[in-house]
Amino acid sequence: MTADPFTLWHPVASEHDVPYRHVHHGQLLGRELAVWRADDDFVNVWENRCLHRGVRLSIGSNDGTELRCQYHGWRYANRSAGCTYIPAHPADAPARTICNRTFPTMERYGLVWSGEEPVGEPPTVDVLEAGTPFGLRNLPVHAPADLAVRHLQAHRFLPSDRLDSGSVAMSVEWADEYSVALTAATTDTDDGSASTAVFFVQPVDSGRCVIRAVLAETPAASDQMAVLRHHATELNALVARIEAEAALLPAPEPMVPVLQQVPLHLAEVPEAPSGRQAALRVQVRRKWETAAGVAAFELAPIEGLLPTFQPGAHIDVHLPNGLVRQYSITNGPGETSYYRLGVKLEPDSTGGSVCLHSTVREGDVLAISEPRNNFPLRRDSMRTILLAGGIGITPLLAMAQALDRMSLDFELHCFAQSAEHTAFSDVLDGLGESVVRHLGLPPDETVAEIRRLVAAPDEFTHVYVCGPGPMLEAARREAAAAGWPDDHVHFEYFKNTTEIDDSSTFEVALARSALTVTVPSGSTILEVLRESGVPLPSSCEQGACGTCVATVLEGEPDHQDVYLNDSDHQAGDRIMTCVSRALSDRLVLDL
Amino acid sequence: MAGANSECQNGAVLDQWHPLGAIDEAEPNVVHVTRLLGESISFAVTPEGRSAAWRTRGDLAAGMPVDPESVAGTLPSRCEFLYVWTSLGDPPERSFEIPEFFEPDRRNFNACTIGLHTSAPRAVENFLDMGHFPFVHDGLLGSEPRTEVVDYNVHVDGDTNEIWATECQFWQPAASATATEGQMVDYIYRIMQPYSILLYKSCPAAPERMDLIGLFVQATSEEHCRGHMFLSLIDDESSIGHIRRFVQTIFAQDVPIIENQNPKRLPLDPQAETPIRSDRASILYRRWLSDLGVTYAVIPAA
Repeated sequence: MTADPFTLWHPVASEHDVPYRHVHHGQLLGRELAVWRADDDFVNVWENRCLHRGVRLSIGSNDGTELRCQYHGWRYANRSAGCTYIPAHPADAPARTICNRTFPTMERYGLVWSGEEPVGEPPTVDVLEAGTPFGLRNLPVHAPADLAVRHLQAHRFLPSDRLDSGSVAMSVEWADEYSVALTAATTDTDDGSASTAVFFVQPVDSGRCVIRAVLAETPAASDQMAVLRHHATELNALVARIEAEAALLPAPEPMVPVLQQVPLHLAEVPEAPSGRQAALRVQVRRKWETAAGVAAFELAPIEGLLPTFQPGAHIDVHLPNGLVRQYSITNGPGETSYYRLGVKLEPDSTGGSVCLHSTVREGDVLAISEPRNNFPLRRDSMRTILLAGGIGITPLLAMAQALDRMSLDFELHCFAQSAEHTAFSDVLDGLGESVVRHLGLPPDETVAEIRRLVAAPDEFTHVYVCGPGPMLEAARREAAAAGWPDDHVHFEYFKNTTEIDDSSTFEVALARSALTVTVPSGSTILEVLRESGVPLPSSCEQGACGTCVATVLEGEPDHQDVYLNDSDHQAGDRIMTCVSRALSDRLVLDL
Repeated sequence: MAGANSECQNGAVLDQWHPLGAIDEAEPNVVHVTRLLGESISFAVTPEGRSAAWRTRGDLAAGMPVDPESVAGTLPSRCEFLYVWTSLGDPPERSFEIPEFFEPDRRNFNACTIGLHTSAPRAVENFLDMGHFPFVHDGLLGSEPRTEVVDYNVHVDGDTNEIWATECQFWQPAASATATEGQMVDYIYRIMQPYSILLYKSCPAAPERMDLIGLFVQATSEEHCRGHMFLSLIDDESSIGHIRRFVQTIFAQDVPIIENQNPKRLPLDPQAETPIRSDRASILYRRWLSDLGVTYAVIPAA
């Protein structure tokens, strides 16, 4: 009984076929393969076809981490073969998984092994395991694999250290459907010289194969050229004999590989995105590591000027993986030819910071929103206290530079793990003595330090805080305890960690649009209004950024955001439509 | 019956008019031999622009002198829009209209005829595609990072059953042979028949008018074709040689890409490939081919 070739491992390339930054065109059992080595040494074996328009990926380019299709610049990731970027739609890369077909892969004995649906592992060959395998030149053969295997069993060569030998005895160590192992031993002397070679035959198509030969022992360096030449000569002669016989046989029908269908949801043209819009296109002009785990980006306009921003403003960045994330602009006054962002790699990232750190690179086009400022800086106070926790430095850096330029009195307190973890140190250094660094403080000392910094409320001072949730809560608590009025302490949250209760059902009437809609449980006001054709601007959509605010004319809001402060919540005249709901049966909004 | 003795058995394709070659490039009153739908086809033109086409036969070999009007047993043929056209079935009286062609100040000529090892519809679809400009025609029709394809409209005209893609725009560093700087260029695409497509493009010399660039594809077999590049331009300045060189450069950049598409026949099954929004025109084209009953040079949907 013969094994199903589709369940076997076969060699599809040799190590030297897949140098860095190259794409090797392979073929196995009729199917074309794109074989490429990433810089992390993983060898990818993929269907040789871009899912978009069927162009061979073997004519694409390998940049070390991704394979780029030559036709439309689609990029596919190392290992997963997931599409990471579609240049035709930089604004709205759909959040769907376009994934190329991959095949299992393993390197062994200097060969790259793969298969359609291989079972287990590539063959283990004792003589190669015990030896020092040495790859010979590959020979493509215009003949079926079984014919090559049959001829190989009668193949002859000389032991590596006795290429002058006059007479050898050949023995077949074993032969199966796709491999043959031969030993050549001298018989004209009794020095016992012998070499074993294993010949793997890759079935390229029904009428074509590649002989990939491996010597069990690596010859002495000085002999290698001679050994290679000897085997090349003998194998060339063998191939000529195989092809001569194949020419006499009827040509077999070529194998027709079945190309997988793409899933239904990928077969349809996606709708234009609704909701958050990204009006601007920018190019990543520079990307660098500004602190441990923090990547900085300079985003430059593709044409024209970038819209004006104010200190505290953020932009939505529409990422190639379909996610939308908010980042503060860190620029100082006058730095208008680019937006500079700082992005911390979050260990529990849901894909935003990971994408920016690992996928987005210099030269890429990103879609971003216009800047919005929900964290405005008052410049009419006698003194300003800026409290930055970790990556919370970003909006405060813009504020500090603005205050510095206007010669207004401020102090910027940077809480960070260490100097290495302090982002944009170069900019901070330029701000001189207004910057105070608090490095490596444990949580309780951080709280004590914040308590000390906000100990003396005064009506001519404003406090701005941005950092992780616990720090913000501490600042909120300490400031309240010290007697600061709510409207003198300003917060920017990274995210809203409140657990959102969206179980209620209520009515929303729009005073200006004369429209009444029902918001069912599980939907937000923002979503329902959007579906009804009343688009509201939004950004973080989790009650942290303040973009989707609406004025409440009637009814009692059920606040679930962290953007509005306690006094705002009590006043009840504004609502964050992305998370907050109604305690009353009905809300009337000024929309 | 149409197609009874044809290699191609697809009535929807047999009944079309197919281009055989540029009139200007065919020496008059001489037998020219080419291929169409898997068959050898001969044709000849008179100096006055009348034509005859027939299935190649031994008594009229390539290069022999012939009076086209005396050939018996001919196929339907016509000289129109720079080319000799024929049909292996029952073609319609009129093929399609190009009113602009007859405007007196236009320069109409065949820019090139290029053989391609791919199917005719793959060539048409490539011609319809803007997304590849920055990658395949870098520095000419597009340039990174200006890669975005903005949404456009596409529909089938109810009267003529032609596909129109309108309000297409793309940023181009050197949109034409006369362009000296980058600009946003307006495009309209029009597919008149399964293997013929026309592009209307904003004209640098006359902002209110449009240049016409056509790709009339001669399907020599299911997986081979010849692309005839039709030009109707408002451009008094450039030499024909200069324009031809520009067009041929563009075409030559496409060849290695479209000859590396797998499969070569255009798959009409929606699940064969993955479209994005910028592919709405090609998706409609594939559906339209299915609706017309085209099975030649395509892989029909199951």
